[in-house]
Amino acid sequence: MRRDWIYALLLLLPAMVLLMGFTHIPAIETVISSFFSTPHGRRPAHFVGIDNYLYLLEDDVFIRSCWNNLIYAAITIPASIIIALVMALFVHSRMAGLSFLRMAYFTPTVLPMIAVGNIWLFFFTPSFGLIDQIRALFDLPAQNWMGDPDTVLYTVLVVAVWKNAGFFMIFYLAALQTIPEPLREAAKLEGAGRWTFFRRVTLPLIMPTTLFILVNAIINSVRLIDHIFIMTLGGPNNASRLLLYHIYETAFEYWDTASASAMTVVILFVLSLLAIGQFFWLDRKVHYK
Amino acid sequence: MSAAHPAHHGRSIELQSISKSWDQTKALDSVNISIPAGSFTALLGPSGCGKSTLLRIIAGLETATEGTVRIGDEDVTRRPPDKRDLSMVFQSYALFPHLDVAENIIFGLKTRKEPKKQRTEKLLAVAELMGLEKLLDRKPGALSGGQQQRVALARAVIAERSICLMDEPLSNLDAKLRHEMRVELRALQQKLGFTMVYVTHDQAEAITMADQVVLLNAGQVEQVDAPRALYDAPRSTFAARFIGTPPMSLFEASALGDMGRQLSRDAGTELLLGLRPEAVTPNEKGHLKATIAAAEFQGADTMLDCLVGDEMITVRASGRSHFAAGSPVSLSFAPEELALFDKASGARLIKSQKLVEALRS
Ligand SMILES: Nc1ncnc2c1ncn2[C@@H]1O[C@H](COP(=O)(O)OP(=O)(O)O)[C@@H](O)[C@H]1O
Ligand SMILES: [Mg+2]
Repeated sequence: MRRDWIYALLLLLPAMVLLMGFTHIPAIETVISSFFSTPHGRRPAHFVGIDNYLYLLEDDVFIRSCWNNLIYAAITIPASIIIALVMALFVHSRMAGLSFLRMAYFTPTVLPMIAVGNIWLFFFTPSFGLIDQIRALFDLPAQNWMGDPDTVLYTVLVVAVWKNAGFFMIFYLAALQTIPEPLREAAKLEGAGRWTFFRRVTLPLIMPTTLFILVNAIINSVRLIDHIFIMTLGGPNNASRLLLYHIYETAFEYWDTASASAMTVVILFVLSLLAIGQFFWLDRKVHYK
Repeated sequence: MSAAHPAHHGRSIELQSISKSWDQTKALDSVNISIPAGSFTALLGPSGCGKSTLLRIIAGLETATEGTVRIGDEDVTRRPPDKRDLSMVFQSYALFPHLDVAENIIFGLKTRKEPKKQRTEKLLAVAELMGLEKLLDRKPGALSGGQQQRVALARAVIAERSICLMDEPLSNLDAKLRHEMRVELRALQQKLGFTMVYVTHDQAEAITMADQVVLLNAGQVEQVDAPRALYDAPRSTFAARFIGTPPMSLFEASALGDMGRQLSRDAGTELLLGLRPEAVTPNEKGHLKATIAAAEFQGADTMLDCLVGDEMITVRASGRSHFAAGSPVSLSFAPEELALFDKASGARLIKSQKLVEALRS
């Protein structure tokens, strides 16, 4: 028996070392350092209690980033899920030439976010960009979408939706393909049209996938910020500054690790709350096979 | 049966020169069948002969390349499935996995927005009829195969459609349950009076349940008859080989020696002869000398595979008898039981009374 335990531990060791070293220990250290001041040269970090958190409440840029991220999440999550589902339904209906479309939809997913940012940078460029060139055809004036604080958040948001939707579509497509054809025919015999079938059969049956996608979409709405480095750097006037970008800058541009740790802990806390909520509330309403 | 569920009357189905082809395959070739109102008709044939396709054309889930489908007096060829007044039980049952039994059964009523009170009444009546009262709030995943089958049936009968189509509904059940369900299905159909079109590849199922059996072969109708007629008088070698367990033995006329050659000469063509296993008996005075190739004890019967020359004839002997493989045996048969087929076309030939007399002597 004892020998078995040793074997088990040895087998687990590599994974455990990696997981602990790169996930658990840094996470715990972040929580700890959020209660300490930032060390400077000769002045080591000292315990400051919840001061770091209190400062956050007064930090306008942090508050602004929170709002931006909230709007960003509130639009990208539903938009990418709905677009993914619509594309999947479209691609699932067997039409000629659809394998090409399938690939086209999926392309954004395989591109790195930096490349995606560059592509959209070209789309949005004033006067020369694709969007303005199309607008020019209709004699509309050039527009600096990324230079205007009122519209810049939406430009980075569109990119995220574009990137996410193709990825989520693949999951929906897989889910749709598990729905047996006789179900559709049985419903047809009972006089259920396409919409009724979608609402009463398809939608409930792909709920597990929707839940999975939802979790991913929420995480992505916090995590997916690479394109901001390429497109806007959070500007102008912090109008496209998202939380993670703000944390990155605070930590690695200004080296204010105390503040950055506190913000990280806030995000972690909110995300955990959401995850718990999903598992306890949504899970019960979802039918698993 | 409660008042909420009065017996309803079936409607007839008329299939007129139905053909169906896909790019390369021709699944059905000019099929003509008429199915009387209120009858139990089995579509029988080997796998891939087009039974399901034909059923789906009746249902409207598939459109025929050519031909007309008539239900009652109406031409429904171009009508959508839900406007044809029929229900269907799928081989996989096609129950909605996320809905409980009650919701599955009333799916159609709900879709057609029947009032709640009426829905509940019908549900209770059907649940009682099918013995599902205790299972109404279970999900299909928590039911046995037989119970799922019942739910699928309940869903098919609740709307009191005049026609019920079934595609191999018992093929996923074990042998014992299959037998019970056969009896039950037949009783249900007679009680409710709808027209049943029942697809199966199992000839025993077709023979035991149906009023009329439509035997299909490679997309064409081979024979349409009542089970007894189909068994007693197969009109082709295909029908002879397909019906019966074990089926009719077919052998070259030469196996009967001079008598066989005489038969061929009289008929003016090469013959195949057919004998049902129960029409042949081991008999010391029998003219037919054979060797037992195999003896299979089945309880009530012992099936003997007998070699006559190069030809194999199956004999149903009593289970009490003792035959050993390899031993010689004499066989006799009643001349009127002998079936004659044209070897080239497979068609059944009528044997004259004179011939029967000649064989007797
Ligand atoms: N959707 C389809 N596309 C192409 N060929 C089909 C299709 N459905 C059936 N077939 C062909 O039609 C023939 C009859 O099929 P089917 O009616 O399912 O046979 P059965 O139910 O008697 O086993 C088969 O050769 C089958 O391959
Ligand atoms: Mg079939």
